[in-house]
Amino acid sequence: MTDKIQAKIIGASKPRIDGPQKLRGEAMYAADHHLPNMAYAYGVFSTVASGTIDNIDLSKAKQMPGVIDIFHHDHFPDLYRTPSSFAQENKVDETRLPFEDGKVYYPGQFVALVVADTFANARAAAYAVKVDYSADAEPIATLSQALERGDEPKKADSSGHSRGNPDSAFESATNRIDVTYVTPMETHNPMEMHASTASWENGDLVLYEASQGVIFARNVMAKVFGLAPERVEVRSPFIGSGFGSKLWIWPHAIAAAAVAREVGRPVQLVVPRQQMFTTTGHRPPTQQQIRIGADNNGKLTALTHDSINTTSMVDTYVETTGSCTKSLYDCENLRVSHATVGANHGTPTSMRAPGAAPGLFALESAMDEMAEKLNMDPLEFRKANYTERDQSMDLPFSSIHLMEAFEKGAEKFGWAKRNHEVGSMRDGEEILGWGMAACNWEALKMNCDARVSLRADGTAYASCATQDIGTGTYTIVAQAVSSITGIALDKIEVELGDSSYPSGPVSGGSWATATTLPAIAEATRSAIEALKSYATGDGGAFAGTKADDLSFDDGKLSDSNGKSVAYTDVLGQLKLANADGEAHTPGAPQGEYSFRSFGAHFVEVRWDPGISRLRVSRVVSAIDVGQIINEKTSANQVEGAIAMGIGMALFENTEYDERSGLPVNNNYAEYLVPVHADQPDSVDVILLDHPDYAFNEFGARGIGEIGITGMAAAVANAVHHATGKRIRELPIRLEELMNA
Amino acid sequence: MRNFEYQKADSVNAAVAAHAGQPSSFVAGGTTLLDLVKIDIMQPERVVDVNGLPLYDVEELDDGRLKIGAMVSNTDLAYHPTVVEKYAVLSEALLSGASTSLRNKATTAGNVMQRVRCPYFRDGVSACNKREPGTGCAAIGGHNRSVHAVLGTSDQCIASHPSDMCVAMAAIGAKVLVTGPDGEREIDFLDFHLLPGDSPEKEHALDADELITHVVLDAPIKGSRSTYLKLRDRASYQFALASSGVIVATEGNTIRDARIAMGGVATKPWRAREAEQALIGQPANEQSFKKAAEIAFKGATPYEHNAFKIPLGQQAVVRSLTNATAARA
Repeated sequence: MTDKIQAKIIGASKPRIDGPQKLRGEAMYAADHHLPNMAYAYGVFSTVASGTIDNIDLSKAKQMPGVIDIFHHDHFPDLYRTPSSFAQENKVDETRLPFEDGKVYYPGQFVALVVADTFANARAAAYAVKVDYSADAEPIATLSQALERGDEPKKADSSGHSRGNPDSAFESATNRIDVTYVTPMETHNPMEMHASTASWENGDLVLYEASQGVIFARNVMAKVFGLAPERVEVRSPFIGSGFGSKLWIWPHAIAAAAVAREVGRPVQLVVPRQQMFTTTGHRPPTQQQIRIGADNNGKLTALTHDSINTTSMVDTYVETTGSCTKSLYDCENLRVSHATVGANHGTPTSMRAPGAAPGLFALESAMDEMAEKLNMDPLEFRKANYTERDQSMDLPFSSIHLMEAFEKGAEKFGWAKRNHEVGSMRDGEEILGWGMAACNWEALKMNCDARVSLRADGTAYASCATQDIGTGTYTIVAQAVSSITGIALDKIEVELGDSSYPSGPVSGGSWATATTLPAIAEATRSAIEALKSYATGDGGAFAGTKADDLSFDDGKLSDSNGKSVAYTDVLGQLKLANADGEAHTPGAPQGEYSFRSFGAHFVEVRWDPGISRLRVSRVVSAIDVGQIINEKTSANQVEGAIAMGIGMALFENTEYDERSGLPVNNNYAEYLVPVHADQPDSVDVILLDHPDYAFNEFGARGIGEIGITGMAAAVANAVHHATGKRIRELPIRLEELMNA
Repeated sequence: MRNFEYQKADSVNAAVAAHAGQPSSFVAGGTTLLDLVKIDIMQPERVVDVNGLPLYDVEELDDGRLKIGAMVSNTDLAYHPTVVEKYAVLSEALLSGASTSLRNKATTAGNVMQRVRCPYFRDGVSACNKREPGTGCAAIGGHNRSVHAVLGTSDQCIASHPSDMCVAMAAIGAKVLVTGPDGEREIDFLDFHLLPGDSPEKEHALDADELITHVVLDAPIKGSRSTYLKLRDRASYQFALASSGVIVATEGNTIRDARIAMGGVATKPWRAREAEQALIGQPANEQSFKKAAEIAFKGATPYEHNAFKIPLGQQAVVRSLTNATAARA
């Protein structure tokens, strides 16, 4: 850790450097690229949930204007399945290739693909394709149907954990609760549609893809098409968010690239909103049994968290709901387990805070239930079980300020004024409910490469094949360069989102910041070293001086005699365009610490029993994620996560018809997410800002996901305080609260 | 979206003529039609564009009625000074619907003509008598919580009418002026939308090729106050789970006249005349309002997931009557 990184640019509240491009419409998203001679593809999607394709009648569609070709399982090139491996950086959640065979595993699966000269012609012809199916009479549309008549649940051993004697400790506990929580399928619904624009030249593929991970996408496409990775380039400079749905390659991208090669023209394929519910992932529904044992002092003596989720019929995706349970509280006897059961859905995938978001709804609701049983303040109950050691890893946390989060959040919220009696706090026609919950998320840091140039014109350049999915990565990369060089943000050009740049992380797991910034910093220092070596060489401004005797500050090289020369002059004098630095930084150190982030939400709801209206009116969230890099973009992340958490608590629910297995509300009108009017009157985000230098030199642990964790439980706990109703199944609907 | 022939009309009569002869749709704001064409639920072969026809005026008639051009946007109507002053229920209903950008495009006639939100109507494959007569109603026994009715349903269709504006117009009372191949005629607003009965594909009283040109609101009830209350899961941009538009005139604390209409709970904009009658002459208090609300939902039929709409709809009626008769601040 150098003093220079402490420069006040780190932690400052800076607007996004890419904001003006977005405002002016200059930011090019995947579907904004209209290449010369480009054709457009539009999908035909299965209208049965499970079955086989008997016949595809193209007679009408093929005659329609502009149609170039129509692909389907009998007319599609042979491709390779990619293995799904995180370590090899070619992970996918849906390993089945599009049009691989005539089987239908879920509704909204690609069954044909029309390529035409315009988008409108492709869509019109797609509607004219007639597909006959033999549909299975009893598709599995829901988790409860899967449990009733599906295959035996498959245990997911690798994500489980057990210590002590959880079952016997529970049986002998003085105070016990045994409760089951249910969370629905949820769909990411980023504003920007999934889209692929694919073009081939001399056997090389360039793919503009709405992707949260261009390196992974490149590797997958290379595997699928049997190419060396360097023959594929994936570009994703701007993404209209992803929430996890754009982490890995889905069938549409493979289909677009394949048909572009077949028709010999660039092809663009945009996934319609309806199919963004079916064929680009979702958060699977879960059923979670939680058992808690506690003594009369409120000390946990046993905790079990056994969870099951649906996956698709072709791949296994585990929603690791117990991932926080195993280490958030002090408890010697504990088990978490996960299992999956197949359903006729597309393959699930990570959705913002995978595992933790539904898992902490269950755990933090159950903690509230136990506090109630013990007649303890729910906050005091949590404090009584605070730990600074990750018992699942038998390691200390690198940095934990959960107690401070509890205290600062409670103080700001006014928690001490809470009347614990249900329904006791009123304001006119409304009953107030106050609830709280902890938040928790893992901190991860991956390998990363980066390149930085100091340029003779006074600007700097930084690049990395990570992405900015709208969160502010461009800006914090520039801040990192500025913190070391003193170069102003508007003089720093940042390029991200292209697999040809130095290898960077996926924008997921809240690890992009902690992974990317150290590599950028190292590359910046390396560029400064290059500058010093030029300066001290023949004809340099400091010729004859030892490079080690020079220091770099505020854009100037200085020696110990007080001589200072601007780096632009150093380069200019030598007629050099730039001084370059490259870096490779490793993943997080293993074996010494458990790296996790913490926090607490305090929520006020207002329940108007006269009209059965429930609103979240006030939120205070205190968040402990290490060093804040950019106060503005950090607060944005938490505020956005709070909004999404409100949606999870009150609205979101992807529904399938139990008879047909078909989607019911796969559109933006009937799939409810919070709108502006649903935002609480006040949202206070407290960023604790304690650097975690054991994790990386910036002390930052990342902030994308933690804000949604615990939020649904805090709302549900507030609803219980207002109404006396304990809602264990999301979303919380007004009909469950009527007559409360 | 399938290709269709597009024709721009330069007069009402030309529009009517262009509409005749093949499966055609008029398009104004397009907020229903284009959505449904894009998802292949409506497949007009010709679209007749009525934008630009001289139907943009809001005119107070000598008899106190308000004549609204078919092309007046939902936004313009909601903020029209006469509507704000004399028809608060209509202004509030309009502003509770959709979003700003949709209200800017949506027109008065288009709102009257908007189609149901039932997912089985819109998925293109499930049984739906409205989309494909004779196939059945998948909403019965399916997901029927949010956009399905408890009043005016039949074994053939239970989709709720989605409009807020129409609920206010049902409360106010209105005439729909239409022009067809045989000239002009007027249809009482309450007769305009049809119950599904055995023919849910027939949604309104328009004859072939007729075009709505105006809606004429009844004169406001003297000394009345009106309001609209919409209840839903989220605070905006959702169709009503239950709504209530009321107009109340009181003398002292006694109700002299009352109008009650309901949305979100019925297959058409629903006027509760019996409940209105029960209110007249009664004191303006919670007991009277609750009684009226009960009567308003007499005979309601709950389905698998929407039984809560009966008490919720009653709450909407009670609260809106309370608001319309509360002491002015």
